[in-house]
Amino acid sequence: MKPILEVSNLNYIYSVGTPFEHKALDNISFSVERGEFIGIIGHTGSGKSTLMQQLNGLLKPTSGQVLLDGEDIWSDKKLTRQARFRVGLVFQYPEYQLFEETVYRDIAFGPKNMGLNEQEIDRRVREAAGFVGLTPEQLEVSPFDLSGGQKRRVAIAGVIAMEPEVLILDEPTAGLDPVGRAEILGNVETYRRARNATIMMVSHSMEDVARLTDRLLVMNGSKLAMDAAPAQVFSHAEELVQMGLNIPQVTQVFLNLKKLGLDVANVYTIEQAVAEIKRLRGGAVNA
Amino acid sequence: MLKDITLGQYFPGKSVIHRLDPRTKLVMLVVYIVALFLADSWVSYGLMFLFLVSVIGLSTIPPKAIARGMKPLVVILIFTGVLNLFFTQDGTVLLHFWIFTITTGGLSRAVMMMSRILMLITGTFLLTYTTSPIALTDGLESLMKPLKKIGVPVHELSMMMCIALRFIPTLIEETDKIMSAQKARGADFETGSLMERAKALIPILVPLFISAFRRADELATAMECRCYQGGEGRTKMKLLHYHREDFLSYGVGAALVVVVIGLKTVGL
Amino acid sequence: MEGFNLSDIISVEHLAYTYPGVEDTPGVPVFEDMNLKIQEGSFVAVLGTNGCGKSTLAKHFNSILLPTGGKVYVCGIDTANEDRIMTVRHNVGMVFQNPDNQIVANVVEEDVAFGPENLGVSSPEIRRRVDTALKQVGMYEYREHAPHLLSGGQKQRVAIAGIIAMEPKCIVLDEPTAMLDPRGRREVIDTVSRLNREKGITVVLITHHMDEAARADRVVVLDKGKVAADGTPREVFSQVELLHSIGLASPETVELCWELNRQGFDLSLDALEPEECAQALYNAVKA
Repeated sequence: MKPILEVSNLNYIYSVGTPFEHKALDNISFSVERGEFIGIIGHTGSGKSTLMQQLNGLLKPTSGQVLLDGEDIWSDKKLTRQARFRVGLVFQYPEYQLFEETVYRDIAFGPKNMGLNEQEIDRRVREAAGFVGLTPEQLEVSPFDLSGGQKRRVAIAGVIAMEPEVLILDEPTAGLDPVGRAEILGNVETYRRARNATIMMVSHSMEDVARLTDRLLVMNGSKLAMDAAPAQVFSHAEELVQMGLNIPQVTQVFLNLKKLGLDVANVYTIEQAVAEIKRLRGGAVNA
Repeated sequence: MLKDITLGQYFPGKSVIHRLDPRTKLVMLVVYIVALFLADSWVSYGLMFLFLVSVIGLSTIPPKAIARGMKPLVVILIFTGVLNLFFTQDGTVLLHFWIFTITTGGLSRAVMMMSRILMLITGTFLLTYTTSPIALTDGLESLMKPLKKIGVPVHELSMMMCIALRFIPTLIEETDKIMSAQKARGADFETGSLMERAKALIPILVPLFISAFRRADELATAMECRCYQGGEGRTKMKLLHYHREDFLSYGVGAALVVVVIGLKTVGL
Repeated sequence: MEGFNLSDIISVEHLAYTYPGVEDTPGVPVFEDMNLKIQEGSFVAVLGTNGCGKSTLAKHFNSILLPTGGKVYVCGIDTANEDRIMTVRHNVGMVFQNPDNQIVANVVEEDVAFGPENLGVSSPEIRRRVDTALKQVGMYEYREHAPHLLSGGQKQRVAIAGIIAMEPKCIVLDEPTAMLDPRGRREVIDTVSRLNREKGITVVLITHHMDEAARADRVVVLDKGKVAADGTPREVFSQVELLHSIGLASPETVELCWELNRQGFDLSLDALEPEECAQALYNAVKA
């Protein structure tokens, strides 16, 4: 099967021909399989946001290609417009983009723009609301009367309602407390499972990406610096710190254990760490 | 991209022009504009042009940057040129077609008017390019101080201007972001009838207004936290002081007006 | 003033606060009987979920909000005393979450000068304070830059400089790192902890990030308008069950040890540094 997204030799230069000219993406290539959960990490200004906007055709590459299901999204106007819907993009602080009088109408904005009929729109709005845990009563209230966390879920539902095959989220948990974070991440995971959707998530929380993703793309200075499984990425602790990032605390603990002379694997989640320590202690422990 | 708009942008620098007191620059701009409107001969235009070029030279602002700022004004410039070209009817006829007649008088008038506007705008740009918006508001506030006596809220006005200037780039960036986000949900701003396009702006304007109000509210709190309570009892980090260059500029300004008037009286 | 102590810079006594209701709706009570003292020179982190009243509490520290019941004293001054509001605000500076919405001027140094200008400080003294403040936060080289072109961490450091130029005794930071990337977060937290250590400025840091709270001398956990836990970071973070019940978490090092304890290990729950935690695990495995 073809990869759902394939990016080859992608370059993007902002404000060509002005003193503000700036290369935001430098020869990026990677591909994404259906159902993958990918984390994108990198410091502010490393090109993450620009990259995201390339993947759904909001920005046109200066050179290089973005293939969606094997087709260049810029080869035909129709394909470009379709890319908007097939690759859903949730911006940072999406709650600031709500505008409708009711939650229902705000979620329906995307499906309406797709030109779907009333019945289909209704089905999608209700399903999307279900994915993010909004009750039918909440659909009728003004989005501006909801709490911050709820507003964000409405905004995410607005993108989910387009039923994108690829869902891209830019820091979906920024500013939320641990419970709010877990809720949003749970919603995303539910959608992925239900639709075998591909998820790409930009995050500054190394703990979150470590726990959830299958693969990490590390952006640094407009380039794709690493493309590997979390275990591998987080084994490059020093490089990551130099890039303005960090590694999960448990990974740091295990790097220290290695220094102490223990033969431990690279771990990056608490579950893995627990398993690894138990293995070292020799299986069954009775206290 | 909206971000590329240069709007009275300030180019930090250390030139003589940058160092002049903002009040001097404001007064000089007025003097310059008066002289420009008094000038009505090629000689006096030449003089004004020479003055402008030397100021640009002294300011070390790249002429390219000034030219770029002119772009949005091309329409007005052409409009003025065309208007003067066809509606001034004196001197010898150069060209005649259909109902239009172009005369030497019309041609010279068109060129003069266009260069007047060009020089006027360039002069104004020079002020904003070489003066930080804060210095500019400080200068305005100080020059308008006498108006306080008749109840004009001079400090409040200048504070408002300062904050507006500070938030223009932020709001432009925000508009860009909201537009992209709505486009990502399939919003279309480029096609459709005028009515449809106007309606398409709602998803941008509503969030933009809400965000502007939120920002205003947060900013007001932050300002209160920093002990802001209006202009009363406020001091300034940068006090305005006249230096030698400032007196010199006033001299040059006065001379400029005198010479232009002189040229006018002798009929040159 | 019961139990007033000179070394307490902020003293919250039986604070009650109810947000005024809109039109006829009843107000929303946030605090009913809140008590808290903050010692001069300390570095206190305040933790809590979204909506637990952290920000509301912070706004009482400098008379932005006034108690509906009880008292708040700053340096012994009742914050409700209208004649002394400026003294209170001069002594307690505030830094907010969104750096964009607290920077007033469009040149860095002019913005830093804003506070001292309001205080009526003489020009040469303002100049000195602005330069010192900018050097203290490491932004002196950027003094002539436009704030909107700086990174989030840099903007936030400018905001901090704007506060310390007023020479306050205490800085209250309300989720200053929520919008920043890991590098920005490090910059800001390093800056405030240095100001606390070297200049003796009292720091109250409101945050969602456990690793930031771990760097304070004292952690106060708020839940439903009450202090749920209060102590050194080690004391507070070892109460893992309590934190979980509130919807918070401990740093990963502690969470790891706690999880291992549930599975039969006997580790102490006070290791906040990866090195410490690694040593404890090493000992447990080798035992």
